[in-house]
Amino acid sequence: MAMKISTEEFKERVEKGIHNSFMRGAVAGAQDRLRTRRLEAAAELGNWEEWRALGEQIRQHTLQHLDYYLMQLSENVAKRGGHVFFAQTAEEANEYIRDVIVKKNAKKIVKSKSMVTEEIHMNATLEAVGCEVIETDLGEYILQVDDHDPPSHIIAPALHKNKEQIRDVFREKLGYTKTEKPEELALHAREMLRQEYLTADVGITGCNFAIAESGSITLVTNEGNADLVTALPKTQITVMGMERIVPTFEEMEVLVSLLTRSAVGQKLTSYITVLTGPKDEGDVDGPEEFHLVIVDNGRSAILGTEFQSILQCIRCAACVSVCPVYRHIGGHSYGSIYSGPIGAVLSPLLGGYDDYKELPYASTLCAACTEACPVKIPLHELLLKHRQTIVEREGKAPISEKLAMKAFGLGAASASLYKLGSKLASSAMNPFTVNERISKGPGPLKAWTEIREFPAPGKERFRDWFKNREKGGDE
Amino acid sequence: MTVGNIYRREAFLQNIAQRLGRDVYTTGVVRPMWKYAPQHTVFQGYSQDELLEELKKQCLRIHTTLVETTCHDLAATLKRIVVEHGGGPVVTWDDPRFDEYGLMPLLQEEWPNENVSVHIWDAKLGRKNIEFAEKANVGITFSDITLAESGTVVLFSGNGKGRTVSFLPTTYIAIIPKSTIVPRMTQAASYIHQQIEQGKQVSSCINFITGPSNSADIEMNLVVGVHGPVKATYVVITDR
Repeated sequence: MAMKISTEEFKERVEKGIHNSFMRGAVAGAQDRLRTRRLEAAAELGNWEEWRALGEQIRQHTLQHLDYYLMQLSENVAKRGGHVFFAQTAEEANEYIRDVIVKKNAKKIVKSKSMVTEEIHMNATLEAVGCEVIETDLGEYILQVDDHDPPSHIIAPALHKNKEQIRDVFREKLGYTKTEKPEELALHAREMLRQEYLTADVGITGCNFAIAESGSITLVTNEGNADLVTALPKTQITVMGMERIVPTFEEMEVLVSLLTRSAVGQKLTSYITVLTGPKDEGDVDGPEEFHLVIVDNGRSAILGTEFQSILQCIRCAACVSVCPVYRHIGGHSYGSIYSGPIGAVLSPLLGGYDDYKELPYASTLCAACTEACPVKIPLHELLLKHRQTIVEREGKAPISEKLAMKAFGLGAASASLYKLGSKLASSAMNPFTVNERISKGPGPLKAWTEIREFPAPGKERFRDWFKNREKGGDE
Repeated sequence: MTVGNIYRREAFLQNIAQRLGRDVYTTGVVRPMWKYAPQHTVFQGYSQDELLEELKKQCLRIHTTLVETTCHDLAATLKRIVVEHGGGPVVTWDDPRFDEYGLMPLLQEEWPNENVSVHIWDAKLGRKNIEFAEKANVGITFSDITLAESGTVVLFSGNGKGRTVSFLPTTYIAIIPKSTIVPRMTQAASYIHQQIEQGKQVSSCINFITGPSNSADIEMNLVVGVHGPVKATYVVITDR
């Protein structure tokens, strides 16, 4: 699956989302739970704002010196016998990974959850050379078994599915015979996947944080799947976005604490695993060969721009879990594996405005995301910047806005036209007005009034009221 | 050890530096003094007993049973816990602490005599060890560092300390000498950082394990026991 998950237009995706009542209920419930847990975990610390400021400073320092830390990281990985490949593009990353796999004559690959491998569409490349690629995160596994249904949330990819749907998918595809109880479903997945870990040739992981001082990678999970993916197969390939790096263990610790609290309200998740190189001499489990693939794929183009702070992101999805727009339209509506506010900022940067120009408008600019972000990314300001860029530089504002602005520009540019327009507004809207509200507006107003009312233009213009008052009138 | 290969680094880093409007930094970058250090204030100045109390509280929230015992009663305590979890097979690290804490008679005689099969990690057997771990009902390791705040045991791999002992068996038991308890992950990270500064090689695998494995991927319902252990028990030795 690539970053882009749909060929439908934004409006059609939203339409589907809004009418999927199960999904909307699931999303609302999950958001409430995740938000409450996050707030409790933050409150427990007492000095959350200091933690956020520290997180922000660490991320900003690292990004400002990214080349230095990537140099240090790669040197240290190599010193421990690991191989490092710097991939400018998704294609380069995929080619390298494919070559390693072909050279190993590998057939079965187990994978732990990774957004960047989704972004670069890695699975398809490997499947094309005859490999079986098995997702081991429970949520991702469910989606994969269900004919590659796209993920709808960064940390809970199968959030849009209910347990009955999952039971039916398991019954149809895996010969499952038990009930929709989550425990039974999870046990079935455990049994199915155990054998896969033990027989896989290659394990592929993402990377939450690489540590420059030691050449280590850090993996954060609750299920323990990343541990089995890296302990059992003989070859390990780790794919990381180039910005997912910290200077030392001390910064890793701070960011992991921010990540687990912000993502799920846990002090730490069940498994935080720090891996360095292939296995040591005398080790029995762990890979014999280790490859680290560092991916740019559009990230460097964000450096040095007004959007640089988006690279501070640690993928906790706290912004997704508070967003009122995500709550109503769900993850698939964003058309990208990156949904919610982070997706609305990042997807146009990585995927371009042609596909994602609507996303910055899928926001109320309420700033709940900015307030939730543990590394203080000004998300709502970046959304606004996107809108400015879209209008000013790209000329790609949504068509209705363009028409309205054109008309307004025309009208406002001439005093007489403006006068006439504002005078006529009230009577022109008369046929659409009921009790001072417009509920079925014409033309550019249609999209707005399909879902809510618009206040009718005042019968008296401000100019007339003011003139009247100047003359000594009452109102 | 053979040094690994690095591919296509130069152009990649040059591009980054160019975007940042300068030449590539290869040396001379130092970490700044961070503005805040809130991580050091958690449980600051707590005694080992106070830290143990915090650890106990946290265990209630991570589906983990905490049992207190003494060096003297350790073997009997382990025996009881293994029975409660359905018996063997048992797999353990090859770790001198099992001897130091007087557990070798349990591993080598008592359990085998009672038909509880025991496999002590043996590097010479290679990947056979993984088969034992996979079939084991119970895996036992010591905790190298224990984090009170999160209820976490820290395990460093290497020298007979196989990674899969804590993942593959259905039940995981961590033996925690009280002296290993520190306030939080901060102290463990600082320790590792200092080791690296001194030129020591960090273990190929460091695990921070917090209770049994779990998932909330199905309708946000917590399921305990997914890929790793289904049950976890911490055995704290209060007099060491």
